[in-house]
Amino acid sequence: MFKALSQFARSLFLKEIFGGMALTLKYFFKKKYTLNYPHEKGRISPRFRGEHALRRYENGEERCISCKLCESACPAQAITIEGAPREDDESRRTLKYDIDMTKCIYCGYCQEACPVDAIVEGPNFEFGTESHEELLYNKEKLLDNGDRWEPQLALNIDEDGPYR
Amino acid sequence: MTNIAEKIEKTKNEDGTFTINFGPQHPAAHGVLRMVLEMDGEVVERVDPHIGLLHRGTEKLIEHKTYQQAVPYFDRLDYVAPMSQEHAYALSVERLLGVQVPMRAQYIRVLFSEVSRLLNHILNIATFALDVGAMTPFLWGFEEREIMMEYYERVSGARLHAAYFRPGGVHQDLPDGLLEDMYEYFENRYPKFIDDVETLLTENRIFKQRTVDIGVIDAEDAVDWGLSGPMLRGSNVPWDLRRSQPYDAYDQMDFKVAVGTKGDCYSRYLVRIEEMRESLKIIKQCIENMPSGPVAVQNHKITPPKRAEMKSSMEAMIHHFKLYTEGYHVPAGESYAAVEAPKGEFGVYLVSDGSNKPYRCKIRAPGFAFLQATEFMTKGHMLADLVAVVGSMDVVFGEIDR
Repeated sequence: MFKALSQFARSLFLKEIFGGMALTLKYFFKKKYTLNYPHEKGRISPRFRGEHALRRYENGEERCISCKLCESACPAQAITIEGAPREDDESRRTLKYDIDMTKCIYCGYCQEACPVDAIVEGPNFEFGTESHEELLYNKEKLLDNGDRWEPQLALNIDEDGPYR
Repeated sequence: MTNIAEKIEKTKNEDGTFTINFGPQHPAAHGVLRMVLEMDGEVVERVDPHIGLLHRGTEKLIEHKTYQQAVPYFDRLDYVAPMSQEHAYALSVERLLGVQVPMRAQYIRVLFSEVSRLLNHILNIATFALDVGAMTPFLWGFEEREIMMEYYERVSGARLHAAYFRPGGVHQDLPDGLLEDMYEYFENRYPKFIDDVETLLTENRIFKQRTVDIGVIDAEDAVDWGLSGPMLRGSNVPWDLRRSQPYDAYDQMDFKVAVGTKGDCYSRYLVRIEEMRESLKIIKQCIENMPSGPVAVQNHKITPPKRAEMKSSMEAMIHHFKLYTEGYHVPAGESYAAVEAPKGEFGVYLVSDGSNKPYRCKIRAPGFAFLQATEFMTKGHMLADLVAVVGSMDVVFGEIDR
């Protein structure tokens, strides 16, 4: 009897509706979780897999030795490499290093495979373009990325080093 | 006026029903589901789900990838809970290889499978509520998802497409401080979120009017239609692969299998809520009892050696090069491994011919079976109830169309 009565009262006074509204009102005054995006950004970890970059050694020599491990490890076949011994010092380097960023699935296998930490996926995720062509990266663009992001890239590799 | 009435009369089928098209761009169709409906007024007479709009040929593609390269494809099946799919694939390959995964890797896998389950159930409950008219849980749910995807990102480097569970273990060890943060979050914040969502939905009369006794499927029919996961448990069938055929470290976990009683949309919702609470228990047990040790099989013919080792040991270097070019050869044979993915039984059937690529890879997606039962569940219901049923089925087209 009492149960039925309380059920009736609850249903008559819209208990669950007002309870829900009170809860949403509480959330209204809570601290906002939203980020003001271009000005504020979420945290990313050292493992983040964003835009690719080709790194150089401290003396300015490019790291990539054209071993083509990244090319063969790539599940999307987004990487194309042509390599040959360089004319002046006979060291093996790439003539061509292209990544089709529209094919890339950002799985990180290239940076895992790279034995000299040359190709890395950096922390940059804001590289949207207006045309498809701009996303067909060549060696120049990748090395340029490397130069631009080097401090952050080196830090990330250093931080993640113990786990790799 | 007569003109319009005539036009309407013309569009009628011979038996007086209307054929209408639902989706594939309908927001309540959950992705690219297209349904051709035969309607008698507002009552659904026949439902014909058309699939294939998101078909990418995953199974065929995998035949041309090495076992290692196939991993990222599994993230892209059910992109709501990516790691569960990788789990099934990893288990299947490990069965063929006959390797035993180290304890720490098993715990990490269980931990992140359960995080995936939470990710999935939040999205499902949130969008289901949105489909039946409640907007707030949707906004809250995405906030929590974002936090959990940050854990994904910290451990694997990507918020969604993790490529983290590999055959033989997991890719990298957990970074410092992650377990503490996760414990803090799952202990203090997440249960409150579930409570809040329940306050809004569970007793709400509008929500109940839209879900109770809608899309009922009883235990026998649910089994006959091949349903699994919360769809099956909602119909009072206590079948959970984590319990009935435990894989990895699930046999060491203490949890209950949530079952519903009526098999309607509302009990499926309740099952999911309860499963989230059970998942929290499993996550806590994983964090508390996380063993130490390696996170992958120490056979460098299957998993790559550590970087430092690769730089100093010639043998490790050879292994590294061999793995990233040719991959590893898997003994000929076949294996089927199924995991209790958040949506249901997700299975991977592999046939190996002894080479470095699978000869055949068949993927068993739970959502595919759910769609078959759509007509059975919605016949005689109103059009708006169809939306509720599809919402409660938890279909994601990445895995159905593959």
